[in-house]
Amino acid sequence: MTLLSIDWFFLIEKILLISVILVLSLVVAMYATWGERKVAAWIQDRLGPNRAGPMGLLQPLADGGKLFFKEEIIPTSANRFMFVLGPSIAMVVACMTSAVIPWGGTLTIAGREVSLQVADVNIGILYIFAVVSMGVYGIMIGGWASNNKYSLLASVRAASQIISYELPMGLALIALLMTTGTLSLKTIVEQQINSGVYNAFIQPLGFLIFLICAFAECNRAPFDLPEAENELNGGYHLEYSSMKLGFFLFAEYINMFISSALMATLYWGGYGFPGMTSLASSLSPNLITIIGFLALFIKTLIFIFIFMWVRWTVPRFRYDQLMRLGWRVLIPLSLANMLITGAIELFRHHS
Amino acid sequence: MGSIQQIIFMVLSVVALASALGVVLSKNPVTSVLCLIITFFAIAGHYIMMNAQFLAVVHIIVYAGAIMVLFLYVLMLMNLNAELEPQKRNWLKYAGAISGGALLVVLVAALRDASMPALSPEANEIGLIHNLGLALFKQYVVPFEVSSILFLSAMIGAVVIGRKD
Repeated sequence: MTLLSIDWFFLIEKILLISVILVLSLVVAMYATWGERKVAAWIQDRLGPNRAGPMGLLQPLADGGKLFFKEEIIPTSANRFMFVLGPSIAMVVACMTSAVIPWGGTLTIAGREVSLQVADVNIGILYIFAVVSMGVYGIMIGGWASNNKYSLLASVRAASQIISYELPMGLALIALLMTTGTLSLKTIVEQQINSGVYNAFIQPLGFLIFLICAFAECNRAPFDLPEAENELNGGYHLEYSSMKLGFFLFAEYINMFISSALMATLYWGGYGFPGMTSLASSLSPNLITIIGFLALFIKTLIFIFIFMWVRWTVPRFRYDQLMRLGWRVLIPLSLANMLITGAIELFRHHS
Repeated sequence: MGSIQQIIFMVLSVVALASALGVVLSKNPVTSVLCLIITFFAIAGHYIMMNAQFLAVVHIIVYAGAIMVLFLYVLMLMNLNAELEPQKRNWLKYAGAISGGALLVVLVAALRDASMPALSPEANEIGLIHNLGLALFKQYVVPFEVSSILFLSAMIGAVVIGRKD
């Protein structure tokens, strides 16, 4: 069916896929808040939320409802438009990255091949970088528009932290790209499935640097300086109340989910699982795709658990320690990693 | 597909022009910066229309993602407000208008006779990363490396100026 020279089925398929992925990331983010409290409780030998529903499973719904029904306060001295714009940008940008992550292979529904990736662009990794670098605007605009010196200080901290840690992250990725030779996330996953060796074993140092930078980019502990409550009265969202505060907090959990999925895709084989190629002959392709999606999901959940584990184990860095780690440790390390990778690649191609 | 591309082109151009006007006309410097970011996005959209995805994404990463963050950073710390901004003298406005007009005349005069061949997006694949890389590292490798030295010297300059002693 083509009308106005647009393939409408294609459009409907993509819209459905986008909605499913958005709902999925929102639900995962919602239950990540529950998971975080349960993990914290487990690490600190407590029970955690256990009143709302069995095992406290309804707690995120109760929290969300509470945030929606709270009074919305916009400070009189704040810039109203920017004040609302800040959390909106944070939320939109957090949801945008999921477009280029391959969530699975292809499903065949009624003779139609449906790829479980919204857009297989040939610059997938750069797209993610562009979106991540937009993420800082939400925090900066929100903190500035509050017209409060603590919020402003926190947003300045956030901006310098995110810019500083983008550099080693990019350098770690360049080393990865040297070995894969492509920027498309789907091709990177397929290479890992076909060779059976995950990139984490080829680029162990690069993965470690990427993991540390992902903590910093998500403003997670031990790098949660922009919301250091005992220094800054709560950070950049100090003046926010109701669901606008909820958006800021929620965006953090979506970012955590997406960066976990990204690490699983780039370094741990994405939707590939051990024995995928040998099972491909005996099982139907649709089943393989579904198992692959579950494999990616489990890998992602493991990374989310690591995020929480680190948060409740490692104390917060001091600001100068954060900057020293970023500029004096991670950047030279990732440069050395890039140099060694480049030398090995050159040697491999010429021998 | 021709009509859809034309519609998208029109929308992007209107957004780019309107937000560029917003940069100049806005009283609040932070709003100016935000308008400039929207302009960059509209121009990146134009790059994608010309099948230059790499250029589009790098444009967003470098300009909207890095340079404008630094602009915003400085503006927020200086906390410029519309009321606090010193009123500019009248002759400064006239000087600005005259020099801007002179630039417009020069640009129009230079571009009036220039040939502008129409670009067919399907046939043109130089913007894709593979072709761009080959062009940069084979045909233009010397200018590319020389410009990297330029960046290095700018970085060293910043460090020398910023050093305390």
